[in-house]
Amino acid sequence: MPQERKLPTRLEDVEEVLVETDILVIGGGNAGCFAAIEAKKLNPNLCVTIMEKAHIDRSGCLAAGMDAINTYIRKERTIEEFVRWSRSQAGGLIREDLTISLAEVLNQPTEQWEKWGLPIEKDEDGQYRTRGKWDISIRGSEMKVILAEKVREYGCQVLNRVVATNFLLADGRVIGAMGFGVRDGKMYVILARATIVSTGGCAGLYKPYTNDGVDSHHHLWYCPFNTGAGYAMGIRAGAEMTTFEMRWCATRTKDFNGPIDTISVGYETPMINAYGEKILQERYAHLGGDAAPRFIRANVPMEEWLNGRGPCYVDTRGMSDEDIREMKIDYLNERPAFVLFLAARGQDLKKEPIEIYGNDPYIVGGHTASGYWIDVKRATTLPGLFAAGDVAGGTPNKFVGGCAAEGMLAARGAVEYLKTVPALTRPDAEQVARERQRIFAPAIRQAEVGEGIIPREMEERMQRLMDEYAGGVHQFFRMNGIQLQYALKNIRILKDQTKYLVARDLHELMEAHEVIDRLDVAEVLLHHLLFREETRWPGWQTRTDFPERNDEKFDCFVNSRRDPATGEIAVFTRPYEQLIPGDRYLP
Amino acid sequence: MPPKVNLEKCDGCKAEQEPLCEQICPGDLMTLNPETKKAYCRSLRDCWDCMSCVKSCPQGAIETRLPYQIGYYQAKLIPLMGTNRITWTCIDLNGKVERFSFKTRND
Repeated sequence: MPQERKLPTRLEDVEEVLVETDILVIGGGNAGCFAAIEAKKLNPNLCVTIMEKAHIDRSGCLAAGMDAINTYIRKERTIEEFVRWSRSQAGGLIREDLTISLAEVLNQPTEQWEKWGLPIEKDEDGQYRTRGKWDISIRGSEMKVILAEKVREYGCQVLNRVVATNFLLADGRVIGAMGFGVRDGKMYVILARATIVSTGGCAGLYKPYTNDGVDSHHHLWYCPFNTGAGYAMGIRAGAEMTTFEMRWCATRTKDFNGPIDTISVGYETPMINAYGEKILQERYAHLGGDAAPRFIRANVPMEEWLNGRGPCYVDTRGMSDEDIREMKIDYLNERPAFVLFLAARGQDLKKEPIEIYGNDPYIVGGHTASGYWIDVKRATTLPGLFAAGDVAGGTPNKFVGGCAAEGMLAARGAVEYLKTVPALTRPDAEQVARERQRIFAPAIRQAEVGEGIIPREMEERMQRLMDEYAGGVHQFFRMNGIQLQYALKNIRILKDQTKYLVARDLHELMEAHEVIDRLDVAEVLLHHLLFREETRWPGWQTRTDFPERNDEKFDCFVNSRRDPATGEIAVFTRPYEQLIPGDRYLP
Repeated sequence: MPPKVNLEKCDGCKAEQEPLCEQICPGDLMTLNPETKKAYCRSLRDCWDCMSCVKSCPQGAIETRLPYQIGYYQAKLIPLMGTNRITWTCIDLNGKVERFSFKTRND
């Protein structure tokens, strides 16, 4: 029988659930599940709790599956080589200390996953079969289900359908988190001796070009349900953030807005323009050709369009029948609906190549360097809080294997931290009461006033604003300071108007908080974009008013911190520390 | 119109506290219509087409249809979940059928 679900209409009716745990993991995706398991492996007596807004069997980026692990260090390769490659791909700006510590354990989750049942292709010599330098092919359609089973087997406590909204703080320390049940309408107060945030990155800041009708708003490459909750909670609590301006804009399959490395890396198909020119080799050879940094490859099809040479494609016409079939199996493991998309166009890949285009920009620390500023133990600047996966900054090109490995590292950091925290800290009642009011405000307004702004309206206003004035895909990722100031002014108006949000059911209450969170992320992103008065990564960050790279001023990290007392956002720099010698722009 | 529920086949997972599609949907989009006791997608626009609901449905009652704005009517892609294997049947716009079968777990 279905359980009763009620949206509270009076604050005093809201039931409160108190949970006490040793380690709280917020976000049970890939990184969070690996963090929870690692904590239990280190000490089976610990109580480890995952707070997850969906269901851990299919939540986060791996909901539909994955066809490759894009960061696996084979026997003949070295950590130094990996760092040099990642550094060059990210235009010379990574945290080398974090990348080295990640590389040291990078292969462990993949090997663990295989033992748990994930099928991985092998060569004749028994090594994993590679496709490209660091990529191995997997059959990952059910990999998240496999991982979730292990979370339960290791005895982790899982709170599915509980949305995290804010950290609990005591004297600047994180002592747990608060949120609400999207099924039961209750408020959750979770006390923890250590907290790990692993909520993923942020989709839905920008208007996607696929939202031209009522039914395709979420045709995004990145998981649309990752809406920046972990970033926003950190921002509100005064955590230091880094490199938000390094946005993830990539080349994706056009219209479906799906992954492309499957084809271009996996099957070495060339990128061509409308006139059949192999663009990377013929027009961008000076920037590295086929091995050009990711942001160059991302920007290439858009540049071709701008210069009147679109559409662009990855040329599948030279592929063999077997390769086309294998490629479709890869997609069935990662984004099965792309195979449906090809079928819905009756597309014969030997005759018609696959069209490509840019995507709506995301903030994703697993691909670029955006996120929490952390140390090698994955501790954030807020004591008691550790970060892993897409939410953690400084280490681009982590991808699935790296986010999992970072989950392990965060768990090790958190378990060590427990030694300094013998007991749970009780939160002050006022903090909890304030959050209860903030969480349920849209529901109470609906009951008391009966009208206001629904989350969707505010989402669409925000997405249009960011798209048009902060370098969205419709603007070919370009922006200038005047546009960014305009966006900032309006984002601040939207933030002020969140008090008028209404929610008519618990799902809509979740949507309201997803918009509130994204506005906090957008505000910080705009500050970062404004601060970097140069163009370091064309496409990811293109300032038309400062079109050149300025190493003298900006060969460094741009960081920010919001003052929780005043709401003011301070933006400042941190120096680059090179540990692996060599030209940072070359692999 | 992402997940399309076949109302003949859907039984609302009567024995469960909530239907399996509702339990699994990463976007909290599948839910039960209290009147008909059948599952439906509360917001078609917000579906990611991840097909988690399709894979989880014990009745094979859910079909993913791409939004018409990006894919023509009426191609089909149907998974059949085995213990350690999945078999996909794909029918394109012109009725051409392709089948793919592969391991999802090591035995």
